Amino acid sequence: MKVANNDKSSTKQGNTPPIIEVRNLSKSFNHSVKAVDDVSFDVKEGEIYGFLGPNGAGKSTTINMLITILKPTSGSATVCGYDIFKEPNEVRRNVGVVPQEYTADEDMTGYDNIILCADLYGIPRRVSKERALELLRLVELESTANRKVGTYSGGMRRRLELACGLINHPRLLFLDEPTLGLDVQTRAAVWSYIRKLKEEYRMTLFMTTHYLEEADGLCDRIAIIDHGKIVKVGSPNALKEGLGGDIIELGIKEENSDIAKLISQVKLVKEVKRVDSLNYRIKSEHGEEAAPEIIEIIRDNGFHVNRISLMEPTLDQVYLEYTGRSIREEETSKEQFRAQRRTMRMARS
Amino acid sequence: MMLKFNKIKLVETGGNTQSENSSPAQEDIQVKQGNSANGNVSRSQLHGLWALTNRELKKWYKVPMLLFLSLIQPVLWLGLFGKALNFGGLFTGGGFNIPGLNIPKAVLDQLANTFMQNTFGTTDYFSFLSVGMLTFVILFTAMFSGMSIVWDRRFGFLNKVLSTPVARGSIVMGKVFSSVIRSLVQAVIVLIIAVLLGMNISDFSVIGILGTFVALFLMTFGFSSLFLMLALRSGDYQTQMAIVNLINLPLLFGSNVLFPAKFMPDWLQYFVQINPISYGTDVGRQLLLSAAGMNTLAFDFAYLIGFAAIFSVIGIVLSWRFLTK
Repeated sequence: MKVANNDKSSTKQGNTPPIIEVRNLSKSFNHSVKAVDDVSFDVKEGEIYGFLGPNGAGKSTTINMLITILKPTSGSATVCGYDIFKEPNEVRRNVGVVPQEYTADEDMTGYDNIILCADLYGIPRRVSKERALELLRLVELESTANRKVGTYSGGMRRRLELACGLINHPRLLFLDEPTLGLDVQTRAAVWSYIRKLKEEYRMTLFMTTHYLEEADGLCDRIAIIDHGKIVKVGSPNALKEGLGGDIIELGIKEENSDIAKLISQVKLVKEVKRVDSLNYRIKSEHGEEAAPEIIEIIRDNGFHVNRISLMEPTLDQVYLEYTGRSIREEETSKEQFRAQRRTMRMARS
Repeated sequence: MMLKFNKIKLVETGGNTQSENSSPAQEDIQVKQGNSANGNVSRSQLHGLWALTNRELKKWYKVPMLLFLSLIQPVLWLGLFGKALNFGGLFTGGGFNIPGLNIPKAVLDQLANTFMQNTFGTTDYFSFLSVGMLTFVILFTAMFSGMSIVWDRRFGFLNKVLSTPVARGSIVMGKVFSSVIRSLVQAVIVLIIAVLLGMNISDFSVIGILGTFVALFLMTFGFSSLFLMLALRSGDYQTQMAIVNLINLPLLFGSNVLFPAKFMPDWLQYFVQINPISYGTDVGRQLLLSAAGMNTLAFDFAYLIGFAAIFSVIGIVLSWRFLTK
């Protein structure tokens, strides 16, 4: 993690202040449910920062507060150096937003939608026309720019949203569940645009996702968020390493003897758990080296290994570790569910 | 791609090439901030307001069917209600003659005219109703101005707009203006249809027509703001529909659109007196038909100006407060 971060900041000029600075931000709805609960974090210029968590964890609520369309209950935050309470208009001017929902007007063409966005930012026509074409080229929608958005596929719509979010050439782009409901191929395409934005335009990106592979593959740093609280922050690799290494699952033939102690004699092994009478779950550094040693020591003591598997830690395990739940066991509010279902339906159309 | 970004930047900065290694996106922002600092804020706000207004209008004029459908109702009222309720015919149709008295026809006609003039302020009911329909079509269009903000909220478009620096007031005013333009165009068409169907045009004058449309403008401005205000917080179009349907009929019947107020019971007359629709209609009847009015023209206009000003201001103030949750 440290290596990765140093690497990033060295490409920037010294220690620039964080582009997003959030302190003790909270939001409660109807005076009861705390959607976001005392969250603090920094996002550095030039990184892709991801909020990972299940639906209803408070990801979208956080984004909506940072883009100033939702008023926080308490706390403070600055975005691009502007206070979200005092200078919301400056914040809006400087950031781009790609919302979770498909917000383009279906009755208008893709091109007209982009121009409308430009108008809302007050960008003069002679500039916005050129920019619209350039952005349509970026997201590869030039050929369909003059078709009504109602006829677009989910992937095309998502790309159009991306183009709209970039119309003011923002330093910082917010992406709320950028690939929700998209098929694998389109998802990969969206990911490549996101990488391009970071690498070619040196944009900072703040995204939310509940897809582990997305967080893993795209983000420089991830904040795991659960029930409105950030439970852990780090680069994907650091988080995985933080779990204490690889997982070895092992089964033996002998039913009645507990060999946990025996296994833990191996140097690299950190933790042994007897799952049931036959199976063990071993946490170990450098699992690929530990595994042969474990087999050896078991055999030397007269037991028989009948199966073994080695797993490198995944983000899902990280998630499980810090929240006590798998990310796939989702719970969500009715309204959010409805909105997401609509998004997914449109994505697949 | 980099090159393209840079090229555009050059256009904006007027060929100023200071950049070596800072990000193109960043410079762009600086350029933009420079622009807004140069005092172009008000222009860019109008820009956003017009963009939002035009978006609504586009949806409307690009679908002629929509205009057609929205005109059917007033035309049906005119054609069926206006023509069927032939009050003048009560006297001239022969039913009024008393057997054995043999009243001359000229006397009957005179009686009928006097009766109509005293009741409706004009000699035929159809002309009377035609003016009422002008205000009716406006009320109807304005009532649905609130619906579009409900849809925008539901489909996330509103959030998108809110995340841009466009003024919160422009979001509401864009909808008000589009509703105003739409309803005035419809009023023009209804007036033309009414004339074709036999509305009395002997008292028409350019000033009269212009004055009528100024009154209609004020009325639709006020009503559009009012109904948008009611929809500001709502994410539920069914509630909105219910509200619209609830207010619709009382506003129509509790006015002088269909029938003069002077024959109504006192309590209803009070309502007619505060109902802005009555004032719009009153102006129209005085200016287009030279009918005797409910109030003086000056009072009518003053009332309508107050109505439009108060509700549009309240609408803007509420949009500052309530568009952001």
